[in-house]
This record gives sequence, structure tokens and C-alpha cells, in this order.
Amino acid sequence: MKFKQSIMAVAALSLAASVAHADINVGVVVSATGPAASLGIPEKNTIELLPKTIGGEKVNYIILDDASDTTTAVKNARKLLTEDKVDVIVGSTISPASLAMIDVVAEAQAPMISMAASSRIVEPVDEKRRWVFKTPQNDQQMASAIVQHMAANNVKKVSYIGFANAYGEGWLEQFKRQAGAKGIEVVATESFNPTDTSVTGQVLKAMAAKPDAVFIAGSGTPAALPQKTLRQRGYTGPIYQTHGVANNDFLRICGKDCEGTLLPVGPVQMARSLPDSHPVKASAMEYVQAYEAVHGPGSVSSFGGYAWDAGVLLQAAIPEALKKAQPGTPQFRAALRDALENVRNAAGASGIYNMSATDHLGLDDRSRVMITIKDGTWTLLPQ
Amino acid sequence: MDFDIALILTQDGITNGAIYALLAMALVLVFAVTRVVFIQQGEFVAYGALTLAMIQAGNVPATVWMLVVMGVVLTVIRTVQGLRDGQVLAGLSAGLWNVAYPVAVAVLLLLLPLAELPIVVQVVLTLAVVVPIGSMMYQLAYQPIASAPVLILLIVSVAVHIAMVGLGLLFFGAEGFRTKPFSDAFFEMGPVLVSGQTIWVILTSIVLIVALYQFFDRTIYGKALRATAINRIGARLMGISPNLAGKLTFLLAAFIGALSGILIAPITTVYYDTGFLIALKGFVAAIIGGLASYPLAAIGAIVVGILEAFSSFWASAYKEVIVFTLIIPVLLWRSLKSHHVEEEE
Repeated sequence: MKFKQSIMAVAALSLAASVAHADINVGVVVSATGPAASLGIPEKNTIELLPKTIGGEKVNYIILDDASDTTTAVKNARKLLTEDKVDVIVGSTISPASLAMIDVVAEAQAPMISMAASSRIVEPVDEKRRWVFKTPQNDQQMASAIVQHMAANNVKKVSYIGFANAYGEGWLEQFKRQAGAKGIEVVATESFNPTDTSVTGQVLKAMAAKPDAVFIAGSGTPAALPQKTLRQRGYTGPIYQTHGVANNDFLRICGKDCEGTLLPVGPVQMARSLPDSHPVKASAMEYVQAYEAVHGPGSVSSFGGYAWDAGVLLQAAIPEALKKAQPGTPQFRAALRDALENVRNAAGASGIYNMSATDHLGLDDRSRVMITIKDGTWTLLPQ
Repeated sequence: MDFDIALILTQDGITNGAIYALLAMALVLVFAVTRVVFIQQGEFVAYGALTLAMIQAGNVPATVWMLVVMGVVLTVIRTVQGLRDGQVLAGLSAGLWNVAYPVAVAVLLLLLPLAELPIVVQVVLTLAVVVPIGSMMYQLAYQPIASAPVLILLIVSVAVHIAMVGLGLLFFGAEGFRTKPFSDAFFEMGPVLVSGQTIWVILTSIVLIVALYQFFDRTIYGKALRATAINRIGARLMGISPNLAGKLTFLLAAFIGALSGILIAPITTVYYDTGFLIALKGFVAAIIGGLASYPLAAIGAIVVGILEAFSSFWASAYKEVIVFTLIIPVLLWRSLKSHHVEEEE
């Protein structure tokens, strides 16, 4: 079996080497259908906007749908690597699928750029994760924006109300650690289910601890319930939310109870309002204009931005890799990986990427902005 | 915890408990008369709330098309039955009502300026759309297998529940809705601020419970339902149609479910899948009542509501565990108390 495999590998190699100027093949795995489709569709649309030539070479994008399913994502990755002989994989949309694809790309010695959020996709950079990069901000970056804002506004005691699931647990862990480092005390830790019809008990407990601010870690419209209950029970202090609520349905449900809510978001969401001096303004606007020219005004989302940034990383890395090897060879895959790790000051829609041997995300504090809800719309806070 | 917090929690628990009480009573009613475990009760809550939200947003709620489709299917079935029995006209006329009514409601919804109507009219329209779905559901899903064992009826209920959740996602989307409150008033009762909506919920529940009591005690249809619940075959021998009893029961249960949804929609965000958990708590209350006793089920519902409120204060992470664990001692007590009789229905 092993002998057969190596024969085939040699045959494939000699075939690849015989083509002098092969195209660069980029395999893309997105969740265009299934539960994560609302994330995957703008990503797929964005891939279609990426440049067709990089460094003078033609680039082919081969897009496969994993239907938000981990097994299909792994199957797609294998197919792209063995049948389509891609040089790099972009994907997948969701964290479980991206985590499962790590083994596949590490085995095939091909670089991968994930568009999913979990920090475990690139941390720690070990033998397998050498090959893996990602573009979305880590939760700890979003959490640090909240903690910094709290520290700057004299918040010493915070009550936490979060989802009783992985989302809430993850945020609690991040938030507690970062708040502790800044001397902010978490005085109440309450949880609720997205399907709950009443959170009066949790809210009363949170208020009884006499906090300076309340932090609600939930995503989508269910996160509005604790906020509405807090206001109804007469809490007037500041309320922080996560970037999980940054959609217009949240504004519709929460109404006037959400005035003044503070939350961090990626810069792409507020691209138009960013001051011209902001380092991400130009690169974020470039994406916003490219996307809205095709899909109409107001159609842009931060999820598509993650796909755009994968393109930004490729445009920075591919010319470097081309100096060392020909596309379609294992040497090119390795050279591309090295080049991705050496990307410096690549400005994308979500921030400025500075990769290193220990940091395969490469984003810093410029990758998020604090916003508030004012007069029923998202408003940028002075940075 | 001080006295004020205890009062607020009790008030919150009673508000939720009042809704659970209504649902528990509908569950007891449906089980007693038709032996159907009414799992889809929660979907009627969601459909009621979301249909009202659609109407308030000025859209024609998609539930009305579900009503039309069910009516057409029912008419076809009735006509085919009529053809088979040689009574075409009887079958057709019985069926036509099932089309005429939904179409009339649909036309009404298309013509009226929905968003501008007073809230009472919006609520009546919502009930006009959602409640008949209950009766049609009985005729389509349960009437042909009315004498099947409880297990088969339960399986059908699970299927209907899953279908309704799926359709709910299709009709209303994944994001939730809130409706306008019936009253913006707030009343101070000692240290507690009571919202007008809370009083609406509690008053409506009490009125409905009294009305149901009167219905079962005073009217011929109510007595017929009670007779069917006590002894199905005996009631049939007395000339009470089991089909009519089934239809009427489902109509009532759908009414209670939809009304519960309308009552809670201004207090909380309702999603297409919110109903199940609410109905499950009503179910716990109904189990406390042994799926037979209305007063016990109502008391159980208040207990569930208050327990939920207090456990969300003391141990929010274990709230659901505490509420649903309540069912174990109740079942234990019931199984020790009752003499177990093997019976095949």
C-alpha cells in the first residue's frame, strides 16, 4: 500500500513538474448551505471578487460547499488536495469544520487560511498548526476592547449575565481573565438560556451586587431580554454587549431599552464612519465598495470581510512564494506557508495582519472598534 | 435576598405560572377527551404570538396560507369519502366550509390595513387564523386513527410538532418578534412595580379558567366533552359524536395556546421554537395533576412558575435542571399512590 502510494506520488510529482507554468489553484471550502449559510454566502460572494491574477500568474478558485457539516468539510479538503492539487485552502466558515481540516492539510503539507473565529484553530502553533492561519479576530481581542473601555471609564465592579452554552462560557473565561488583570472585579455570574421567557431572577441578582456596569454575553436577539429586564427593573448604569448582537434585528427587538449599549465590532462593519486617520479605513472601504458594487448598498457583512482578508494574505504571500518554486509543487506549498508566516502590514477589511512563527492570526488592537447604540443605530465611539 | 426581591420573583413566577396553568389545562383537556398527548401545544403559543407580530408589522401572516391549504386538503378528503359512501353532496358541502372560511379570512387579511387596526381587532384576527388550525389538525391527523393506542397517537403528535416547528421557521424566520403591550401602565403595589401586561396575563388566565369551568358545567357541549373524557364508549352510546368531541377539544386547546402566545408576546421575545419549552413546563404541571385533575394542574403550574423564578435567582445555571427534576418526585409519589392496572386501550 505504502509502495503504491509513493509510486503515485512520484508519478504526480513528475506530471506536475513537467508543466512549466502551472496556474495557482486555490481551494475554497465554505458553508454556503446549512445552519451557517448566512455566514458562508457572503464569503462565497467575496471569493468571486478576488483578483484572477496574482504576481503575474493566473489564479483559479475552486469553491466547494460543506453544508455547515464537519465531515463534508474534511471530505472537500481531501478532494481539493488530492484531485484538484490545490496550492492552498481557504476555509471553512465554521470553527468545528476548520478544526477538523487541520489534520488533513498538515498531512498533505499545504497551507490553510480559516475564516472561522475559534482561537484554537491557530493556537498554539504546533507541528500541525504550522500550516494553519486565520483571518477573524479572536474573542480575546473583542474582550480586551470591552475591558479597556471599562478601565478607562472607572468601572471597578461588573455583573456578568451570559448564555448557558459554549458562547457564554467562552466569553466568561476570557472576560474574567482580562478583567482580573486590569483590577476589575466580576461581582455576579449569572447564566440564561436563549429560549428563556424571563430572566428576572438573574437580573435581580446581578443588580443586588451593586455593579458599576453589567456585561451581557449573548448573540442575536435573545441577548436583548436581559437588557430590557435590567432597564425595566430600574438599572441605569452602562451595559456592555458582545459583537454577537451587531445586527439590525437586535435593534428592532430591543428598541429604546438599548440606547447607550456599548460593544466592540470589527472595523468593516463601521467602515464608512471610521475617521480617515484610522489605519484600517482605506482597506476596509476598498472591500465595502467592491462588495456593494455587485450586491447593492448595505449588503456588506463582516463575514465576507474574513474571506476578503484571506485574499489579502494570499496577494501578499503568493509573489514571495513564486520566487522560490513553481505552483502545483510541494515546494510551492511549503514556500507559500513560509511566505504567509512572514506577511507584514497587510491591510485587510478586519485589521492589519502581522504574522509570525508564534502568531498565525496577526491582528492587533486595530482589528476592532468600540461602538454604541445612539438614536436606534450603531454609532462609532471616539477611539 | 430581601423581602422586595422575593416579592418581585413571586410576581414574575405567578405571571409565568399563569401561562403554564393555561397550557397545562389544555393538555389535560386534550388528553382526557382524545388520549392525545398534545406536544404541539407550544407551537400554537408561538404561532399565536408571531401571527400577531406579523399583523402588527402590516404583513399578511403566512399561517393563513397554512389554513387555506389544510382546508383544501380536508375538502378533497371529505369529497372522496362522500363519493365512496354515495353521498357526494353531503361530503362536498361538509368540505366546502373548510375552504370558504380560510379563503374569507385570507381575503379579509389582504384587504384590511393591518398595521393601523386597533389592537383588539388584531388579536381577533390572529385568533381567527390560528384557532381553526387546531380543529383541522384533529380532522387531518387524528380523526382517522382516533381509536389507535396512546403510543401511536403520541408518535403522530411528535411528527406534527416537528412539522409545525419547521413550518414556523419557514413562516416567520429565525429571528424573534415582540408585540406591542396591551397596556403601558405601571402600578405600585407596596415595594413592587407591577406592569399592566402582568395584570392582563393574570386576569385573562383567571377569566379563562372560570369560563372553562362554566363551559364544562353549564353547556351541553361542555358536558359532552366531560362525558367523553370520563367514558368514551359510554358517551358514544349516549349519542355524543367522538369526532365532534375531538374537533371541539382541539379548537379549545388551540384557542388557549394562541391566546397564551398573544399574552406573553409583549413581555418576552418569541421565536418560532420558543413554544416547546413553555409547553414542556405546562406539561410538568399537567403531570403534577396526573393528566386528569384541572385544579391540581393549575396549582402545579403556579408551583413550576415560582420555582423557576427563584431558582433563576439562586442558581441560574441549574434553573432548567431544577424545574424538570421536579417531575421525578411527583412521578414517584404518583406511582406509589396509584394501583397499577395493566390495560390495553
